[in-house]
Order: sequence, then C-alpha cells, then structure tokens
Amino acid sequence: MTKALLTGNEAIARGAYEYGVSVASAYPGTPSTEILENIANYKEIRAQWSPNEKVALEVAIGASIAGARALVAMKHVGVNVAADPLFTFTYTGVNGGLVLISADDPGMHSSQNEQDNRIYARFAKIGLLEPTNSQEAKDMVGQALAISERFDVPVMLRTTTRVSHSKTLVELGEPQERTLKEYKKDARKYVAVPANAKARTGVKEQRLLEMAEFSEQTELNQIEWNEKKIGVVTSGIVYEYVKEALPEASILKLGFTNPLPLKKIASFAAEVEQLWVIEELEPFMEDQIRAAGITVHGGKAELTRLGEYSPSLLRKAVLGIDSTAKAPVAAPIRPPVLCPGCPHRGAFYALKNNRKLVTGDIGCYTLGSLAPLESLDTTICMGASIPVALGMEKARPDQAENLVAVIGDSTFLHSGITGLIDTVYNKGTATIMILDNSITAMTGHQHHAATGQTLQGEPASQVDFEALCRAVGVKRVRVVDPGDLAALDQAIKEETAVREPSVIIARRPCALIVKQTEPRLRVNHDACTGCRMCMRIGCPAISFADKKSTIDPALCVGCGLCQQVCKFGAIVPEEGQ
Amino acid sequence: MKGTVSILLVGVGGQGTILASKILTDVAMRQGYDVKMTEIHGMAQRGGSVVTQVRMGEKVHSPLIEPGQADYIVAFEQLEALRWMHFLNETGTVVVNTQRIMPMTVIIGAAEYPGDALEQIKAGAPNMVQLDALEIAKQLGNMRVVNVVLLGAMAKQMDIPKEDWLAGLEATVPARFLELNRQAFQAGYDS
Repeated sequence: MTKALLTGNEAIARGAYEYGVSVASAYPGTPSTEILENIANYKEIRAQWSPNEKVALEVAIGASIAGARALVAMKHVGVNVAADPLFTFTYTGVNGGLVLISADDPGMHSSQNEQDNRIYARFAKIGLLEPTNSQEAKDMVGQALAISERFDVPVMLRTTTRVSHSKTLVELGEPQERTLKEYKKDARKYVAVPANAKARTGVKEQRLLEMAEFSEQTELNQIEWNEKKIGVVTSGIVYEYVKEALPEASILKLGFTNPLPLKKIASFAAEVEQLWVIEELEPFMEDQIRAAGITVHGGKAELTRLGEYSPSLLRKAVLGIDSTAKAPVAAPIRPPVLCPGCPHRGAFYALKNNRKLVTGDIGCYTLGSLAPLESLDTTICMGASIPVALGMEKARPDQAENLVAVIGDSTFLHSGITGLIDTVYNKGTATIMILDNSITAMTGHQHHAATGQTLQGEPASQVDFEALCRAVGVKRVRVVDPGDLAALDQAIKEETAVREPSVIIARRPCALIVKQTEPRLRVNHDACTGCRMCMRIGCPAISFADKKSTIDPALCVGCGLCQQVCKFGAIVPEEGQ
Repeated sequence: MKGTVSILLVGVGGQGTILASKILTDVAMRQGYDVKMTEIHGMAQRGGSVVTQVRMGEKVHSPLIEPGQADYIVAFEQLEALRWMHFLNETGTVVVNTQRIMPMTVIIGAAEYPGDALEQIKAGAPNMVQLDALEIAKQLGNMRVVNVVLLGAMAKQMDIPKEDWLAGLEATVPARFLELNRQAFQAGYDS
C-alpha cells in the first residue's frame, strides 16, 4: 500500500479521483483553494473554476442530475453565496452523488468571519461529515457520495483550516470505475415548482429520519472506551486534541454529525460520570444533545465559541491543569503587506491623496486598509464595495463626489457586476475602480473568466471589462496604469467630479506573476533629504535609518512608484544590471 | 527517539519555509515515523509572519505545537525567532538566521526592531546556533537557498543519519537545483 503525506485538501482531491467524481467545480477561497487545483491534475475529472460559489454548485447540481458524481468546493462564506441552490436541491435530491466541501476557518486566519457551517447542514437537512485528518478526508469523499446516492440528498463534507492545511499520512487506493447513472426526465423531482416541492417535503422529512437511523448504525460514529470518569463527544480536528490532552477519557468520535446519533450519545452518556461535548465554534452538537434531555457536564460554558482549540486549552478547561509555559516576548508584529511592485499600492496612494471615501472588497487589496495607506472605509463581503457605495450615496447625497468603490477583477466577476448594474439603474454616481491585476491573487493566482485560461491552463475566452461595463450602461469607462501616479490622480479627480457612474479600470498584472524587466532602484544618499515621502507608499523594500531612505535590492522589483513620489530625484536605477 | 519531536519553522512570507518543511517531513517519513505538519496559508503569505509546525514520532495526534513544547525552532529571521521563543521546551535548540527583515510596523515608525534580539534569544534558549544563512547562500550564488542552509544547520543538531537528509533533498528539490542545494545543506551543516 502506498502512503503519502497529504494536506486535507490534497486528500479530498485524491478522494474525488478514487471515488468516481466526474465533474468538480469551485471558486477559490482560503482554506479550500487547493482542492480544485489538485483535482485539476486528474485528467479523468472535468474540473473548473466558476465565477462564484453559487454557479459552482449549480454546475455540480447539473452534473449530478445528469447522472455523474459531482464535487463542489468552497470556503465557509462561499456557502452563503451558494445557499440558494443548496436549499432547493435538498428538495429535489440527486441522481449521481453530490458532495459539497465547506472549508471553515476557526480563528479567521484568512477570513472576514468565523461562521460554523455545520449549522447549514442542519438547516438544509442534508448529511454532514467531519474528517479528523487527511486519511478521513479522502475516505469521507467516498462515504459522502455513497450517502448522497443512498438517501437521495446532497452531503456536506466540512473541514476546518487545520484539516485542510495539515499534512498527515494517507494510504492511496486505486480509482474505482467512473460510471454515469441513467438520466431520465423526471419533472416531478427536478422541477421545483410549488406543487412538486410540496410533494418532495414529505420525502425530505422521511429521508431525515432514515439518515438519523443510519447515524446510529454507521461506523463513522464510534465509541473508544477508556476510563469512564470523563466521556467526550467530539468531531473533526478536535478529536486529535482530545486524544492528546485527555488520554484517559472515553471518546464518542462522530464523523457523521447531521443528523446526530442521539440514541448512541444517550447510551454513551449513561456510562460515563461526566459527559463533555467538545467542539470548536458553535455548540452545534451540545445544543442538540441538551435538547434531547441528556445531561452535559461541560461544553461551551467551560470552553469558548471563539477561535481554534488546542490540547492545552482542553487540559485547562477539563482537568484544570494550566500547562502554559513561558510568556511570549514582546516583539513588533509583522502584518501581511502589499508586495513590492504591487499595482494596488499606486491605486491606494492616489485615493488617499485625494481623501476619498473608499468602499472596499475582498482580495489582496483589502490590505490597503493597513498603515501607512489606510485607504479603506468598509469591507463586508465579496462584491459589496459597489452597492455599499450606492447605499452611502443614497443616505448622504452630499458625499456623491467623494465616493469610490474598489474591487478586484476576480471579485468583480464573482459578484460585482450586479452592484454595478444597480448603480446605473438607480442613478448612482459613484466612481468604481476595478483593480485589474489579471488573476485571482490572494488565494494564490487562480485563473478566472477574464484571464484567458482555464483551471488546467488551457486557452479560454476572455471577459472584456470595458465592453461589459458599457453594456450595463456605464458611459464613462477608462483604463489607466496604476503604476502611473499622475494618470491615476487625474482619472480619480475627473471621474469623481462627474454626476454619473464611471468606471476606472486600473490595469497592471500582479507583481508576482510577471517577470521583472525594470531595473532595480537605489537611493542616492547624497540627494536624499530624508523627507520620508517614499515611506508613505508603504513599500516593504524601503526602510529609513540615519535620516536616509534605503532600498533593499533583494526585494525591489523596479516598479518605480517611489521614484514618482520622490521630489528630489534621489531614487535612481541601480548600476550594472 | 523519545515520544514526539516537535519542530517549528518560523520566518517571513516568501523566505522558503514551505520547501524546508517538505524536505523535513520527507526525511521524517524515511525514519518510519508518523508525521504531521500544519501551516497557515493566505494572508500570511504576503510578507507577514509565517510558521510551519512539524511533529514526528511513533503516533502523533495533534498537529499543533504549543508553548513550551518545541524541541527545535528553526528561525529564518531574528525577530521571528524572538516571537516564537516561548514555544521552546526546557532542553530545546534554536537555529537562527541572523538576517533581519524589517516589518511594516517598524518601517512606518510605529515600532522599533529590537537591537538585542539575538541576546534575548540566547538568554531564553538552552541551546542556540546562529548563522548568517543569507551570506552563506549569497556565496553559493543563490539567495534562495537560505532555507536549505538553515536545514543543514538543524540537521547537525538532530539524531537523524545525514544520508537520509541527502535522500530527502534529492526527493524534494528539482534535479537542476540539486547540486546547489547539496552544497547549501553542507555549508549549513559545517557552519
């Protein structure tokens, strides 16, 4: 048996390969992105980036109805976007099995919120699996698909950052045969009009009862007997923390967590002195266990709803042992920054100089909120920048000339277009800046519908942003190079002054995907007056000491932004390149 | 080997901690150990603090290393070593690259880079190995091999046969860079 050290995401991709998935779709989002990137390596699977999670799920639904096994992957907040088709697909049910991967992010390592998507599974009345490690992540893809087909229901496979981004050993298996189930037109099942959906409600409720019985029987939910003083009900990565922190405890490890095996939990609880329910984020299991009349000795009251758990946190809460050693040394924090040469830097510098009220969006450019650029007023979710600007204008018409919405190219395709249509239709006048770096940068450079390449790097058609904006009714569309501060400044001044919506496309590719062609720069210390103007752009390659600026040649990519802000011509190309 | 060995690789986004951890986990698997490795992607990649946690042993449960638990810290930068020092255990070893990379908080004058970082690290570490891995890498003609230089320095402190390290390098590094990386490993090992 071949063993490999895989991340949870790599293991899920491997599971898709081994368990007969034919169609896979996703929109990138940390910590889920690598699932589709790895699936793309398996030629047997037709895999794609979709413009957003709703579309990705709908593609997977189509594949399922047509008879294929389908996988769709997204980060936790992506399920909010995909919730609409999810909640009706749970009525129609599947043909080929469908597994939805929800990669949650306790601790918000890379997210704007910390929502617990297990609650979605209960709300939508679908099956829910929670892997503990990469082996289980791979196996559970197969189990999820089998459950999906057996109960005619979409199934959620919910990971967390620590499962998705931890590498653990996985036994690799041979792929099973890929077969299509027969497709027969069945309008009463797949056309969700009220009459049909009403009939399906009964099916949905009956299926939930059957899944509850399955939950009682399945080996996915297992008791590990040990001492009976402390019994722990747990799931996911937290199981590993329990094993480490409470080696003497008996454990009811739940891999299938919706519906919960309440009878099994009750009989486990009856055998132990203290029942603990240990789960990160919401008391998803605990609330249901308490509601079933089972006495819970310890749970959220002793632990926390916030952030990630750890073995030491459990030792302290359950055993009262404070194992924290030395206190951390005070060290200046090192926040993430816009890279040297990042095209967003020029855009935010120009917006700051023009003192605009800037509504922001989700991507690398959210870093424009950090010092020294500090240019953003709001960030809510994917696509919110444009409608938030419209709402601000409706509330404060006097701010009309001050409002700029900034949104990246990938985010604009994800859910920015509808906001732009709303702005035009409802007579908004804000200026919209599409920060077009021609890639989905923050998640690690994924292609999208405007890059001209597919997930697999094959040539594809390219969305024309200028034509698209004009087509929805924007008359003023202009393209500027965000590496040219004077042109940017002029565009911002002119477009915010007019009383009609306008779009500035600030176009320059991400500095990490273009080969450096410009000469690196250095500071001529004889000419440098120590005015610190170049420090205002927040470039990590520039530092200041002994009243002079210095450029680190290892970091500089020669973008020239600092040269444009230096009033004394002190920044010059490095010789001998 | 006693129970579980816990190793933290800490640095600044873009310094190559991920390749170093790939080599390290490959070497651990060659010892027949259970291995777990965890790291955080995303925001942290953009020049922020990065940490990779590697644990190896007969049976490893949690992939997380907690304060006071690390047997080794390999720090790619002084300030990052300081930030993670409280993770070192009572007998732990820290291998620190003397390179300094200014964080944005220091660049904009909101904080000061601790001038005595190395002294503070030394005071808190039972064992400390310091080396200028950037300078060694420059002499080898490629600044990007800083990670393998540091791995070489750590390998010398660990109880794993050198040939397994070299096999790990061979399995992980692209063929055209293998010789350079062998030299980098040796230079770190000899430093």
